[in-house]
Amino acid sequence: MKFTKDWLNDHLKTKKNEQQIIDKLNGIGLEVEKVEPIKNGLSNFIVAKIVRANKHPNADRLKLCDVDIGEKENIKVVCGAPNAQDGLLTIYAPPGSTIPKNGMKLEVSKIRGETSYGMLCSESELKLSKESEGIIELGKKYINKIGKSYFKNNEKSNVIELSITPNRPDCLGVRGIARDLSASGYGDLKDIKKVKFKNILKHNLKVKIEKNKNQACSIFGSCLIKNIRNKESPSWLKERILALGLRPISAVVDITNYVMFDLNRPLHAYDLDKIKKSIKVRNSIKGEKLTALDNKTYTLKENMCVIADEEGALGLGGIIGGVRSGTELETKNILIESAYFDPGITRKTAKELEINSDAKFRFERGIDPQSVKEGLEMSARLIVDICGGEVSNFDIQEITKFREKIINFDPKLVSKTVGLNVKEKEIIKILNKLGFVSKKKSKKLKVKIPLWRPDVLGEIDLVEEVIRILGFENIKSIEPEKVRKKPTLNFYQKNFHLAQRSVASKGYFETITWSFSDEKINDKFKENFESIRIINPISSDLGVLRNSLYPNLIYYMNKNLKRGFSDQSLFEIGPVFTGNQPGDQITVVCGIKKQHYDQEDFKKDEQLDVFEIKKDLVQTLVELGLDKNEILVEDKSPSYYHPGISGSISSKDNNYLFAYFGQIHPKITELSFGFEIFLENLVDFKIKNKKNKDSLILSDYQKSDRDFAFLVNKDTKAQLLVDAIQNIDKSLIKNIKIFDVYDGKNIPSNKKSIALKVTIQSDYKTLNEKDLSDISNKIIKSVEEKTNAKLRS
Amino acid sequence: MSEFEKKITEYKGKIKLSTNIEEIESLRLDLFGKNGVINLEFKKLGQLSAEEKKIFAANINKIKQDLLDIYNAKSVEILDKDIIQKVEKEKIDITLPEKEFKIGKVHPVSQVIDEISCIFSEIGFSVEEGPDVENDYNNFTALNTPENHPAKDMHDTFYLDENMKTLLRTHTSPVQVRTMLKGKPPFKIIAPGRTYRSDSDQTHTPMFHQLEGLHIDKDINMGHLKGCLNYFIREFFEVDKIKMRFRPSHFPFTEPSAEVDIGYRIENNKIIIGEGDKWLEILGCGMVHPNVLKNCKVDPNKFQGFAFGIGIDRLAMLKYGINDLRSFFECDYRWLNHYGFDPLDVPTNYRGLSR
Repeated sequence: MKFTKDWLNDHLKTKKNEQQIIDKLNGIGLEVEKVEPIKNGLSNFIVAKIVRANKHPNADRLKLCDVDIGEKENIKVVCGAPNAQDGLLTIYAPPGSTIPKNGMKLEVSKIRGETSYGMLCSESELKLSKESEGIIELGKKYINKIGKSYFKNNEKSNVIELSITPNRPDCLGVRGIARDLSASGYGDLKDIKKVKFKNILKHNLKVKIEKNKNQACSIFGSCLIKNIRNKESPSWLKERILALGLRPISAVVDITNYVMFDLNRPLHAYDLDKIKKSIKVRNSIKGEKLTALDNKTYTLKENMCVIADEEGALGLGGIIGGVRSGTELETKNILIESAYFDPGITRKTAKELEINSDAKFRFERGIDPQSVKEGLEMSARLIVDICGGEVSNFDIQEITKFREKIINFDPKLVSKTVGLNVKEKEIIKILNKLGFVSKKKSKKLKVKIPLWRPDVLGEIDLVEEVIRILGFENIKSIEPEKVRKKPTLNFYQKNFHLAQRSVASKGYFETITWSFSDEKINDKFKENFESIRIINPISSDLGVLRNSLYPNLIYYMNKNLKRGFSDQSLFEIGPVFTGNQPGDQITVVCGIKKQHYDQEDFKKDEQLDVFEIKKDLVQTLVELGLDKNEILVEDKSPSYYHPGISGSISSKDNNYLFAYFGQIHPKITELSFGFEIFLENLVDFKIKNKKNKDSLILSDYQKSDRDFAFLVNKDTKAQLLVDAIQNIDKSLIKNIKIFDVYDGKNIPSNKKSIALKVTIQSDYKTLNEKDLSDISNKIIKSVEEKTNAKLRS
Repeated sequence: MSEFEKKITEYKGKIKLSTNIEEIESLRLDLFGKNGVINLEFKKLGQLSAEEKKIFAANINKIKQDLLDIYNAKSVEILDKDIIQKVEKEKIDITLPEKEFKIGKVHPVSQVIDEISCIFSEIGFSVEEGPDVENDYNNFTALNTPENHPAKDMHDTFYLDENMKTLLRTHTSPVQVRTMLKGKPPFKIIAPGRTYRSDSDQTHTPMFHQLEGLHIDKDINMGHLKGCLNYFIREFFEVDKIKMRFRPSHFPFTEPSAEVDIGYRIENNKIIIGEGDKWLEILGCGMVHPNVLKNCKVDPNKFQGFAFGIGIDRLAMLKYGINDLRSFFECDYRWLNHYGFDPLDVPTNYRGLSR
């Protein structure tokens, strides 16, 4: 919403200056977004001097002028005016400016082979007069103004732009803004002048609102004005139209716009002679067509509110008018419409047809139904003043009566809600100034809500009105108490927090990527999930909710690769979606790692392999509270992993899947490793398997290491051997370490050798040779029985 | 001088002259070994009377101690010399780079969420969460935003179905609804999380982070709201005082509603929060609308309170001088390294938020 201080003065008698008004507006919830001078579009027409008017080489009637425009160098302008001559002071329009007379936008152009930079203007081109013979000749006093703008910007008046919240349609008009300011003690609201028209015509066009289902129109007021002379608006009106950021068109159109912004009262002007017989406000028929004033043709659906005559739709009620009955400069007789359309229905229609207009913006927020007559009066008066003509009586069709709502308001609610004691007298005063009529009735107030305030529905809205006008700065701040009655984080959140920092401590950079992803990439990771499509994605490559964290991580990893980062460890902790309903999501911690093997590094690092990522994963799980002997590693993994170099980690009973890890499938991306931890599964497991730390027994008895090498089938998993040993005697076997896996020379081709170091120690005595050989034999027996292994001699 | 003492004198000389570890080791064996000079002398004790034994033994012990002192001194001297010689050969170029230590980083948004949780923890708020996919009811209707209302235009919503019933939440406010529906008042929660609006330009990303706050009890009024936010902003920006202004505004789910601006100034191209004559809009808040309480099965005649919503990314930008919102989600390795936080740098209330 835009207005000027000058305009505000029409409605508000105030001594406050512009800055005070601006500060106050912010304080009462009418947020000032911008304050800037009115753009009249003429500031780039500058005073210039023809230094030399040379003959155009290719045209007798044209001149090629060297023009001083106050810059370092003169510029060349081709000019056809006979009075263009050396030393003439005139007005220059640079490329990019628009000529007021014809709306033509200037460009650098070639005229008969010579480049012309802009134009020298005649009075008629600048609409200064009708004089079109030759260019403007300025007097000598302009010699000091070369390079300066010829027209002064109206600097005394700024355009104040407000961002009006959707609950305040009344402030989409200058009068509403004035009312709010007067309520806050910034002046007095002026009365609107009543007008009486002489020589009233008879309104002889039949108007009817049809009783359709969900009829959006409940009031349709109109008046006829005949024998007008439509013309350009006078300068005061043009200035206000420009202040609104609109383009002045003709008096009739400008006046309807002006009244809309002045009183928040949308109007529409029809060319009366183009209306066939009568007006019907009715629901549209499916497929009905309307060419609207935006020059687009709309195909209407069923039950949209149209203003129609016998030939068909003239306009969409409360949204936009049609071309067929539009007014022009030549229009002689008009019909002014001032109506009320239902907010919800209007909004729905505009949304379906994708039309935005100032009228629709207002109707969907709620217009004062009682302003119908006011709008007709004001517009008719202005039209008669400017264009002449005779006005008819007002015809007001009304199918619904609007009544002011009454709210029983307990004034104590103000102090209870805002914590500030406000006297009842003060409350009544504020409300009355805002246009609410309040009467005391026992302990409560009976408050009548004006129809221009459709947002006020209950007591709490009145509390807001009072405190808004009093000012939030009057509320005393209450310092919070430092008391905690409940834990800040729940068990899951604690684990989330720990997982995040645990993975980061292993060299991974945390990223946050979109929850959506490119369907093409996501498809490679979605396994059995259905694609979850967004109906209106921001772009087609962000069209589905992600079924895995990998698609985005790999995408950004590759982007970083292109930036030259060959060594990368990235991770994200966040939602993965499993369906399209609320709650169909799990939390995954996903890490991805890529390492460039640098031959030239003088400290050669080991090449990255799956055990590196497994190390990071297992250590993270341990830090999250799992015991290494609680987990089961298997070679099961989804299809986006390398089938031979990947696995899963779950609880020993296989009821809880904790993680997947491995090399990402080479067909997806080359030599990258990753892991995914399923946080909820892990937390559930922890809740069901709460454990206390075992008390620690430190044994000082002699510790012995025994090495074993077993020959096993190639596909035998090392973990099997460890399990076979571990369960023999937990009190004696303190540690098992696989220190070598070997195949090749001296080993049959279908076998491999696994070497383990077993640490044996008793908590109660020093083991003798016999004890040790007994346990060694048990180890060999157990391993051979359970894994088909043979001890290598 | 006895034969023994002569030998001892002789050995003392030999020890002094010895130059390497082998020599001195063989001297040690000669002297202190099982059949060494000292032990042989002790063997003579058996032939003596008790009285003589005493004197004789004392004498040998003294000589032995003497010898040991000399031996030990020499032995240390020789060992040191060896080490010094070895060390002299071990000169390296200490300016060569250190081995790479790979520590990761925590994203600034995560860090800021932890800072916020820490601040609100002090004054008794708990952290709640809700799903990213929401239904229309929780995101709009329960929050007093009716169907076909222009207030919905403020949120450009991503929908998951044609009927526009499931959507990506446009704010964290549905967590208010979920929290109230599943529990009983009082409520004192914050809810950080991902939020979505179909908007993408210089200053908007289709996904961003919000923090919801809700405090409902019997007598919570706007004074508490002011105090709570003032406390939070002060603690978050780690300043003693903050210039703050509450401007009336409109949100369907709060009444009265306010937007909060904080004062700032620009100094050497840097933004200084808390003072100055410029205003920066930072959050929206208000008293929870009675309709919202009713929709959430809370009796508005008995309970009231406030709610607020803050952009977390925006807070991170202001506190840590990050000027492009979009960069938060671009995963540029350099950016993550520069703006990320050491995982050990956990914000706590006893140590402080930032180091």
